[in-house]
Amino acid sequence: MSDEKHVSSAQKPIAKLLRQYGGILVSLVILCIIFSVMNPRFMTVANLMNVLQQIAVIAIAAFGMTWVILLGEIDLSIGSIIAVAGMAAAQAFLAGFGFMPTLLLTLLAGAAMGLANGALTAKLGLPSFIVTVATMGIFRGLVSLPTNGAPAMIEDPTWIAIGAESFVGLPIIIWIVVVLFVFNHVLLSKTTFGRRAYLTGGNREAAIYSGIKVDRVKITIFMISGIMAAISGILLSSRLYSAQTNAGTSYELDAIAAAVLGGTSLAGGVGTMIGTLIGALIIGVMNNGMNMLSVPYFYQLIVKGLVILLAVWLDVRSKRAKQ
Amino acid sequence: MSAATSDVILKINNISKLFGPVAALRNMHLEVRAGRVHTLLGENGAGKSTLMKILAGVYHATSGEVEFCGASYKPESPQDAAARGLTIVFQELSLCNNMTVAENILATREPSVYGFINDQALERRAAEIVRDLGLPVDVTEKVGHLSMAQRQLVEIAKGLSIPDPRLVILDEPTSSLTDAETEILFSIIGRLKARGVAIIYISHRMEEIMRLSDDITVIRDGEFIATRQREDVTIDELIAMMVGRQMNEIYPPRLSAAPAASEAPILSVEGLSRHGEFQDVSFDVRKGEILGFFGLIGSGRSEVMNALFGMKAATGSIRIDGEAATITSPVDAIGRRIAFVTENRKEEGLVLAHSVEWNISMAALGRFAASLGFMRKRQERKAAKEEVGRLTIKTASVDTPVGSLSGGNQQKAVLAKWLLTQPRILILDEPTRGVDVGAKFEIYKIIRQLAAEGTAILLVSSELPEVLGMSDRLVVMHEGRLSATLPGGATPEAVMAHATGITS
Repeated sequence: MSDEKHVSSAQKPIAKLLRQYGGILVSLVILCIIFSVMNPRFMTVANLMNVLQQIAVIAIAAFGMTWVILLGEIDLSIGSIIAVAGMAAAQAFLAGFGFMPTLLLTLLAGAAMGLANGALTAKLGLPSFIVTVATMGIFRGLVSLPTNGAPAMIEDPTWIAIGAESFVGLPIIIWIVVVLFVFNHVLLSKTTFGRRAYLTGGNREAAIYSGIKVDRVKITIFMISGIMAAISGILLSSRLYSAQTNAGTSYELDAIAAAVLGGTSLAGGVGTMIGTLIGALIIGVMNNGMNMLSVPYFYQLIVKGLVILLAVWLDVRSKRAKQ
Repeated sequence: MSAATSDVILKINNISKLFGPVAALRNMHLEVRAGRVHTLLGENGAGKSTLMKILAGVYHATSGEVEFCGASYKPESPQDAAARGLTIVFQELSLCNNMTVAENILATREPSVYGFINDQALERRAAEIVRDLGLPVDVTEKVGHLSMAQRQLVEIAKGLSIPDPRLVILDEPTSSLTDAETEILFSIIGRLKARGVAIIYISHRMEEIMRLSDDITVIRDGEFIATRQREDVTIDELIAMMVGRQMNEIYPPRLSAAPAASEAPILSVEGLSRHGEFQDVSFDVRKGEILGFFGLIGSGRSEVMNALFGMKAATGSIRIDGEAATITSPVDAIGRRIAFVTENRKEEGLVLAHSVEWNISMAALGRFAASLGFMRKRQERKAAKEEVGRLTIKTASVDTPVGSLSGGNQQKAVLAKWLLTQPRILILDEPTRGVDVGAKFEIYKIIRQLAAEGTAILLVSSELPEVLGMSDRLVVMHEGRLSATLPGGATPEAVMAHATGITS
């Protein structure tokens, strides 16, 4: 009797995973099969590592976006925050700061920009769509202030190592994605803060009546989104050895797509980090696979849009069938 | 007798409506005659709305026949029903707030040339309708600028603006009307009757029903119970038919004696005021006492409760256990072990997409917090299961989305959520609204049980029998003021007199 119970509880997470993410997992597998048939080099360890490195920037930003969408809000400014973070780091190094101070400063800059988004949304009661459209422009403008629009080089060896070196056989970038995934996943699914985020997103009024400080939750979440975007910016600037003023442009759309592909509801209250990770993988596999097949960029955009529609439709359909 | 049957304008025969396996209506009968007001009486969920929606063409009956004006009647849509001379005024307002009264009344029937609306003709036509009905509204005014009562009148005007109404259905038209507007409505109904129009009237207000109706049909649990002429029936008989048992049986008796008047109050409120909503409200409640709050819509009951719970700022003093308490947010209120079951469980009580478990634990998350903010999920699940068992919430499991439960079980889930905070003061605002009779009785039993365990209960209700049947004492409110505090044995007449402000 107890043995049986043990077995079923061990199988349960996998069954649950399949039940919850069946639709998008199937999409991911189909994509992988198509690309490996068309190009045998796709399914190699080296290339899959490559895919993981390529999705790092989007995946981390998408973790932040998942929190925001979960709350029924949106953060369109993360692409600009990515660029500001890179430029802040470049300027800090120019000013003679070391690695750790620069790192902290960059993360603080992300947190501060998130705080601005959150405070404007929560305290002034403005729609986050409008607030972050505005700050998207403001932050993008801020990037060019120090250099008048020119890129800034980054030569700090530790900073460059983040995007170039490996640790215990895995690129550091992938380690960072793994650590941040675990951090966000645990924070969302295992803590009271995560639960409060779900409840606030699910029904703000009911959350207020239940004694949840919804404004505090909202501001914290926009700060998480800002910090995640700043980390994406750090990785991007590290890989580019420089801060580019147009870095991260339209990354918010890929981040939103990853979160929504992963089952995060734009209405709020529903979503998981696992789903978002799978969503980011789908986007990464598509980008990588089509590049390997030398599909022209404009076709890639069309195909990506269609695949997102298809995947979301499959997902919605399977969820409806369950009800 | 033959004369009487000849003026039958609507005949419903054996109508049934199934939603999946659930029968909302079973073999319903109804005969409505021209020039008479026919009241449909039944508890929430008895099937009145389903029947009306079938007549309006919103739903289609699963089986059975309807005859209207001597011909078979199966409307495809509300427009179709209107073309046949049947119009329905729903309880929920369907007006566009940023459009004018005229635009709303003639919506989809605007006088137009090649698709261009003739604004002058529109206003003229609407003004005629409003004048004919004797409504005190300006047709060029935006609906959003009108009071709720005036909007309700506009809604009625919109319903009556069809070319040749033969049967008018009014679904709780007076629920947001003040006395003056109610009189206007009654005179409209009188004129419609004189013109030979039949009226189906739905209301829960007994006095109104006895004053207005010619015939009364009671339905219960989707079934026809009886049709009576008004002269041949009393309110008590109607209520007994409606609930299927005698009045005194539906309210369970106290489990222990009511607290003595000499006992110190757990909560005392003095001079609570909020501009434009309520003034100078004072009351107190003791441990284990059920204090009823009765008043008509707009009397300020719910507003007082929201202020007590810290959702709205108010002046005045609140004392708990004799000590002054400052409550400026629900966090403060919950900290003082006050719980609030609000009147709209779907908006303010539950997260419908989330599981029963998550909903039950949401106001007591602190109880399940371990170090570093981690959740004690096992304890949470155990507590949720206990509450589900204690309140007999009918659900497949605690993982079921709460939105898929019935109204009664949703309401019990809200109760469970608050019981988990171990409240000393429990505010219940319309705790049995939209709940079927069976669940209602169970909720009453839970309330009794909580009172016996020493919880002080503030029971707000617009159902007079409920407040009278459950309360130890009764506070009556009228237009934002406390008009009387009555003993539990007060007569309905006395309570209504204070609620309507008739007494001096």
